[in-house]
Amino acid sequence: MSLTAVVVVVVAAVLIGAFGIRFSRTTSDFYVASRSVSPLWNASAIGGEYLSAASFLGVAGLILSFGADMLWLPVGWTGGYLVLLVLVSAPLRRSGAYTLPDFAEARLESMTVRRTASVLVVLIGWLYLMPQFQSAGLVLRTVTGAPVWVGGLLVAAVVAVNVLSGGMRSITFVQAFQYWLKLTALAVPLVFLLMAWRADGAPAVSAADAATWQVPLAGGKEYGLYSTYSLILATFLGTMGLPHVLVRFYTNPDGRAARRTTLVVLSLLGAFYLLPALYGWLGRMYVPDLAGTDAVVLSLPERMVGGTLGDLLTALVTAGAFAAFLSTSSGLTVSVAGVIAQDLLKGSVRSFRAATLMAVAVPLALALWARALPVADVVGLAFAVAASSFCPLLVLGIWWRRLSTTGALAGLFVGGGLASAAVLATITGGPWDGLAGALLAQPAAWTVPIAFAVMVAVSFLTPHRVPAGVARTMVRLHTPEDLDLDRGDWRPRSS
Amino acid sequence: MSPEPRPARRVPLARHDTARRVTVTSPRTAAARRPRYPATREIDEQTHLGEVYMRSLLRTQFRLALFVCTVLACVVGGLPLLFLAIPELREVDLLGIPLPWAVLAGLIYPAFVVGAWLYVRQAERNERHFADLVERP
Repeated sequence: MSLTAVVVVVVAAVLIGAFGIRFSRTTSDFYVASRSVSPLWNASAIGGEYLSAASFLGVAGLILSFGADMLWLPVGWTGGYLVLLVLVSAPLRRSGAYTLPDFAEARLESMTVRRTASVLVVLIGWLYLMPQFQSAGLVLRTVTGAPVWVGGLLVAAVVAVNVLSGGMRSITFVQAFQYWLKLTALAVPLVFLLMAWRADGAPAVSAADAATWQVPLAGGKEYGLYSTYSLILATFLGTMGLPHVLVRFYTNPDGRAARRTTLVVLSLLGAFYLLPALYGWLGRMYVPDLAGTDAVVLSLPERMVGGTLGDLLTALVTAGAFAAFLSTSSGLTVSVAGVIAQDLLKGSVRSFRAATLMAVAVPLALALWARALPVADVVGLAFAVAASSFCPLLVLGIWWRRLSTTGALAGLFVGGGLASAAVLATITGGPWDGLAGALLAQPAAWTVPIAFAVMVAVSFLTPHRVPAGVARTMVRLHTPEDLDLDRGDWRPRSS
Repeated sequence: MSPEPRPARRVPLARHDTARRVTVTSPRTAAARRPRYPATREIDEQTHLGEVYMRSLLRTQFRLALFVCTVLACVVGGLPLLFLAIPELREVDLLGIPLPWAVLAGLIYPAFVVGAWLYVRQAERNERHFADLVERP
């Protein structure tokens, strides 16, 4: 039954991609969409793309394994949108930038900064795609017993076909539907699980768990306080730097609508993230043997409900999980492929095809080769890189006139470089022990301040490299669109 | 501006030689005060006054953003410390749910939404204020 669900979701995705409405993802499509898409639909689309395997499966798994400290993960993934709202959303929409490299170019008037931003977008995108493929393999193995590489290859292939045929991804309504599918796929089984739990006499977690697992900062994890703060910093500041999130803001007609959309996104994510904690908590009581894996969401319906109903519910969560892989991976692949084709290759249709294959093949290879870390941990690393590179670029670029081209470049190199090095050490080597291990596994707490400091200090040292058009750019970023002002004539080069 | 021209009420000034001065008033004070350019043009031409307008907008919006971020940092950054400093808090139950779970897995999400809503309201108010300022005839 679960296999049927996977097949249905995959076939539906391929059909929509191959025969559905053939919108290509162009700037003008987003303009067209912006006339008809309400903040609720647009916010659902952002949620549909944002809620990945890490949210759908990973959070519950980590809560089951490590307890209350992991509750910060969904809190940070939601709270990141609050930071994004107040610091970035309206100015970013008003900038007219379509991708992060676009913004870097518009604000700093430098192709070097643009290319550096492109490389970072590709790195973050790969880092985010890799665990999606790993989880797909895990889910398919749980459902059918197939080897782990099959699921990853399946999702990678479907995504590549979809992106190459130019369908699915660009349609706001499909992405918006994915959010509601994921919410339903977690919420409906949960109702039955809670009924089963009540019928079971509503037990509480064991006395030992109530003393440690259920209590924050009591798990005996080394450097727990440091890890908690570093996690908070990475998630709250990293959200704004994710490549597939920014592009959705373009669909808003103006800066004011971008703010309102972000407000709705916060509500939708808040509603969704109430659920994984309950899965983790029920899992601790009913499937404690699954600690250390991401399988709790998939296994609970069968273990707690059982029978035909259990099978049906398992099929539903499996469908939701595959929807999560496909929607997030498609969004990321398009963003990464667009940047590779535009900035690193020639920019023709052929180079977009080559770029799509590169965008999918590298993380797939990584997924098969790197050691299997919990999906939410790896996604957390992608957030750390984004927080140490794009967060300072966006925040200082939007609010600080004296940011110089050299300063931005230095900050991107140092912050992004240090965070990437830590990530590489964690994924390929490790697990490392002691303080070094904690610093490498959660690098944001030291890389983010360093990135900010370098950007500010180098900008002070190179005042002659402040872009000439900064005053005009500030008018563009901050004034409401209905005022008749000269905002310069910069246009994004992405199409 | 009052519609009727009023007879000027002289305010005695401290210095004795001002006593001979006569205050001239006109019903058309608004006309006299109108700038040569609208403020939008000052901004477009990047005059000193235009810069002042832009800086005031940026400062207002940045202060608001910083205020929200500070409150967020205090709440989010304070919670782990609070749980660490007062271990009894971890044992408190709220309607049968341990307090850390009630806060982190439930109450914090509506709090985010309320904070965001208040921010959006104030940010739009600031923008309206700025628009009124620069479009004032």
